[in-house]
Amino acid sequence: MALRALLVKDIRILGRSPVLVVLLIAYPIAIAILIGLALSSSPALPRVAFLNEIPPSQATIQLGSEQINTSRYERELFQAIQPVPVKTQAQAVADVRDGSTIAALIIPPTLPEELASASETAFVKVIYNGNAINQSLVQSAIESKLAQANALLAAQLSRVADNYIDLLLSGGNLHFLGNTYDVLGLVRARTILARVAATLPASSSQRRQVDSVASFAQIAVSHLGGSKQVIGAVAAPIAVRQQVLSGRRTPLNDYAVAVAVAVSLMFVCILLTSGMLALEREENTLARLRRGLVSAGMLLSEKALLGALVGVVVSFAMLCGIGLFVPLGWGRAGLWLLAMLAGGIAFAALGAAMGSIVREVRAASLLALLVSLPLVFLALVPPGSVSGGLYDVIRVVSAVFPFKASLEALDAAINRSQPSLLAALAHLAALIAGFGALARIVLRP
Amino acid sequence: MTQLEARGLSKQFGERVAVRGVSFRLDPGEVLAIIGPNGAGKTTLLSMLAGGLEPSSGELRLPATGGVGWVPQQTAVYSKLSVAENLRLFARLEGLADAEAAVQAMLEQTGLRERAGDEVGRLSGGNRQRVNIAIGLIADPAVLLLDEPSAALDPRQRARLWEFISARVAAGTSVAFATHDIAEAERYAAQLLVLADGDMLFAGPPRALGAAEHESDLERAFVAFLAERGH
Repeated sequence: MALRALLVKDIRILGRSPVLVVLLIAYPIAIAILIGLALSSSPALPRVAFLNEIPPSQATIQLGSEQINTSRYERELFQAIQPVPVKTQAQAVADVRDGSTIAALIIPPTLPEELASASETAFVKVIYNGNAINQSLVQSAIESKLAQANALLAAQLSRVADNYIDLLLSGGNLHFLGNTYDVLGLVRARTILARVAATLPASSSQRRQVDSVASFAQIAVSHLGGSKQVIGAVAAPIAVRQQVLSGRRTPLNDYAVAVAVAVSLMFVCILLTSGMLALEREENTLARLRRGLVSAGMLLSEKALLGALVGVVVSFAMLCGIGLFVPLGWGRAGLWLLAMLAGGIAFAALGAAMGSIVREVRAASLLALLVSLPLVFLALVPPGSVSGGLYDVIRVVSAVFPFKASLEALDAAINRSQPSLLAALAHLAALIAGFGALARIVLRP
Repeated sequence: MTQLEARGLSKQFGERVAVRGVSFRLDPGEVLAIIGPNGAGKTTLLSMLAGGLEPSSGELRLPATGGVGWVPQQTAVYSKLSVAENLRLFARLEGLADAEAAVQAMLEQTGLRERAGDEVGRLSGGNRQRVNIAIGLIADPAVLLLDEPSAALDPRQRARLWEFISARVAAGTSVAFATHDIAEAERYAAQLLVLADGDMLFAGPPRALGAAEHESDLERAFVAFLAERGH
């Protein structure tokens, strides 16, 4: 009865705070649209000034019997950047300098010659500008595409080498500078030598010399075949075979959805619970309630319930909004709600502890923000990105506050990731008990 | 029959003693004024009587029926709720069988019926204090405790407040109030309790304090009384 009366009172008060109502309605809509658009649309490519100084007539390179068209690699590169064609190097540099492009990529006219020589490394020129993040972005994009182009080229060069080795081993026709040559090949040479040796006396010096040449031909035939594999391995020294341990892992987009929902849930629950509890002090009603009308436990439970319910409604609305842009498993909506409710109550318990300490709504809001924001950053620090000792500290801090456990619960509910939903819920239950007890201790009229 | 009785009531916050050994009794329809300098322990004593603070030691006997109503010094009302909503909430929290009837009766008695739908935050200081008192009276308590009830009121509002309280007293409600206004204490209280630094220095009728100091003006007698005792 008292719980219901207090809940109705608080909802009424919330309803009469137009700014808060607008915020609670507008916030999930705005965040859902932003995240939905960000996840459903492809990322914008960095604008890069592009100058190809290779004359069109020299765009195709002859490597042995293989022809390599450099425009193929150009297309490969354009998948990672938005090229802005320029006519001169000076214009490319000017574009980068004035910020209309964040980098310039120049293909020198000597590139086909350098590639065809197969004896020296061919170079392209990249000019960067802008801030560190932009530089890093375009640098990564260009380097990854150049690595792909290098791999394709290496494969073609490997095929050319294979053909030469085959010719050397088995013989055949070699076309060079418009002429055709008949190449004997090591296998046939070995046979001829064996035949010649058989006609010579066993003790003659010519027989020994022919035998040693025939032996060399035999060794060459045996080992030259293996060199093709070596060249193939050099073309692609490391390939990746993926294996995922400890269950399903979440794709980055789906994880971003879980993070966005967890952050929204946290802010709404902590700010609302701590603020509404601090409001009881600000209005001087806490002492009036606490003189036998309402127990501390009931008052804290009511505030936590209010914060959690509003947080769940806002977060669920946000998730539904994101669902318009990103495919979500609606069959698991019940588990989403369970994870949200558990996370919401844990955040609300933390908010209740904060609201019990401070005397004003503004102080409660400030404290909530000061505590919440670092928790988000700490929970998102990946293992291996900081030293082992520091990561252990971060892990302990993240485990003591509800953000990481809530994120894990939501990720498990939305994306079936590990650790399991049950483990995350057990963690949240422990935090709810801990922060609830703390709030009970620090709540004074 | 005594409505409220305190025997050796004390309250300690850590090492600090806020109230030490206060004893008094309050009969039906009797008015007790608690006076003393700032920090004397008046609010702490009223909070213990209201049940908001647990006494460290001593004995407190509350009314057998009707309970205690408390009106804190600063208005303790929800400014975003209307007058009627505030009264209705506390009537429900008090567990009244007919909360709506109690709300209507209180609106009538406090003259707030026409302002029943107004948000409390939009009311004048005097009307806010009336709502504050109405909440203290919503359960029709046998004893009403008021902490500096007229501190923020102008003379006209103060007169109306005491008119209302006097009507309750005439109906049998016992009243204990803390005040810095000695004239108010002399005018309305039958009993006086003087506190200083948590100690009870005097308990008796106002005129007895004047007589003890050979002073007809109670305020002068009060100041002289405290000065003689080092306060």
